[in-house]
Amino acid sequence: MSLAAKEKWRKRVVALLRTVLLIGIAYVILLPLIYRLSTALMSIEDLYDQSVRWIPRNPTLRNFRLVWEHMEYPRAFMRSLFLTALTSALQLITCSMVGYGLARFRFPGSKLIFGLAIFTLIIPPQLIMTPTYLSFRFFDFLGLLKGRSLNLIGTYWPFILMSLTGTGFRCGLYIFIMRQFFRGMPKELEEAAYIDGAGPFAAFWRVMIPGAVPGLITTFLFSFVWQWNDYLYVTTFMAGRNFLPQALEGAASRVAKAIDEADALASTSGFLDDHFYSLINNAGMLLVILPLLILYVFLQRYFVESVERTGIVG
Amino acid sequence: MAFAHRQKLVGFLFTVPFLVGFIFLFAVPFYQAVVISFSDLVLTPETFELQWKGWANYGYALQVHPEFSKTFTEVLVKLATELPMIIGFSFFAATILNSDFRGRTFVRTLFFLPVILSAGVVLKMEMKDYAQIMVTHLQQSAPFFGGAAVQSFFDAARFPAGMVDYVVDAIQALPTVIRASGVQILIFLAGLQSIPREVYEAASVEGATGWERFWLITFPMMGPLILVNIIYTIIDSFTAMNNKLVDLIRETMLRGAGYGVSMAMAMIYFAAIGLVLLAVFGLLSRRGFYHV
Repeated sequence: MSLAAKEKWRKRVVALLRTVLLIGIAYVILLPLIYRLSTALMSIEDLYDQSVRWIPRNPTLRNFRLVWEHMEYPRAFMRSLFLTALTSALQLITCSMVGYGLARFRFPGSKLIFGLAIFTLIIPPQLIMTPTYLSFRFFDFLGLLKGRSLNLIGTYWPFILMSLTGTGFRCGLYIFIMRQFFRGMPKELEEAAYIDGAGPFAAFWRVMIPGAVPGLITTFLFSFVWQWNDYLYVTTFMAGRNFLPQALEGAASRVAKAIDEADALASTSGFLDDHFYSLINNAGMLLVILPLLILYVFLQRYFVESVERTGIVG
Repeated sequence: MAFAHRQKLVGFLFTVPFLVGFIFLFAVPFYQAVVISFSDLVLTPETFELQWKGWANYGYALQVHPEFSKTFTEVLVKLATELPMIIGFSFFAATILNSDFRGRTFVRTLFFLPVILSAGVVLKMEMKDYAQIMVTHLQQSAPFFGGAAVQSFFDAARFPAGMVDYVVDAIQALPTVIRASGVQILIFLAGLQSIPREVYEAASVEGATGWERFWLITFPMMGPLILVNIIYTIIDSFTAMNNKLVDLIRETMLRGAGYGVSMAMAMIYFAAIGLVLLAVFGLLSRRGFYHV
């Protein structure tokens, strides 16, 4: 066999191996999603029937209807959307400012501040959750309201305050991303602005921010996704209120209760067990991640290409 | 001089919001968490009170609590086994994605999907979900990830039992590993793409084989990113809602032995993670890797 032919065969084998491997990995990644969809579409009989796998025999939208109703989905959705958009926007403002300050200015302690931002990342948020909860439960403006305190639990204030001060969920990471991004931008941009007589804040706002749009979008999207998926902060600071995580968590038992009240036979016939909960939960989980899925389909390049463009690696 | 002075002040002003947040919403709560872990916390309608208990909470968590020690070891062992696998897999996947083939963009998008979909509340719901248990079962019983075939092969080849167990465990953990590798793959991929083509070309001209190019160019260039990915993986593992220890800490606070014990548990966990990070840092920096 000639050398060229050999090389050609080698390439084909490599391509084949790669394809097999990638299909295997894709299978692992997509399986839970497909299984979830198929479960959510099943009727309870299908779930019990061992011969039914993957494709529901009696496909039904009943689970979705039930969970939609009992999660109070539209309202919970709007609440979560508002909270997520608010936190992400505030985090974006603060983290880009701090990132810029760390990227372009050298002052005593600037390295320390950068170190502290990274430090906030490696401390599990659960560790300081209790004291943070208490400080918002008995909020006294750092002791200014002597004796009397405000209860900020159940309001948006904990989220606003944490986002504005760059201490929200994974804010350290966003500071890091924005710092790296600003460092990669040419210095001439600001110098030109300074020569035109702009002050540093004007230069930041008018020159740097417009130039950093890709980095800002990336940071916003990451922050949005993680805030949307967040369970810890929402259930702690919004305890007892119906945001998507709480709605999802309580949905199955509420559905079961409603069915039980409507039809006393259902509870005795063994329908309201783990299997039934699973149908409802899977439908609910799909409803919670669906907005993110849609977002991802349209904006995936901002997530995927971001890591290269923001120069996290640099 | 005046300009330089002013610039310093401006830089500081930009970072002030974070500094304020760090002090009042991070450092102070952190200090309080330490205090609470040594105390009994009693909630009253108007405020809360702390009663000093010394090391009692730690003693309770480690010696009396029925599950803590077990879950603690379990979670650390899980991290120790999965960490090398996640790093290895994401490096491997990044190398594949770095080569040119049709559908590369699509595959890259797919690999990142778990980052979007399996976080927080969904992960938490999955822990107890019947259908999810079925998926896990399905994946582990599938020939590709079964481990049964591997088991019998290794048994026939008379490998030491401990090694066989590790390999079988590793294969069964693959789905978890793949799903936890999204961000790491991208970081490695970005690193691979930042290595200038000329370096490889020069090496080829000098007669370096593919194997040598990998070990002498690619691998050393990726050193700092390995550290970044290790840190990211560890952070990701303790913020993941399917972390059993995190769940236990939360349950203890809300329905169990109370705030003090819960905080003591969190402190023990944090100390362990801190030690792991220090060890990783020490090991890698001594071998000539550098940090971003």
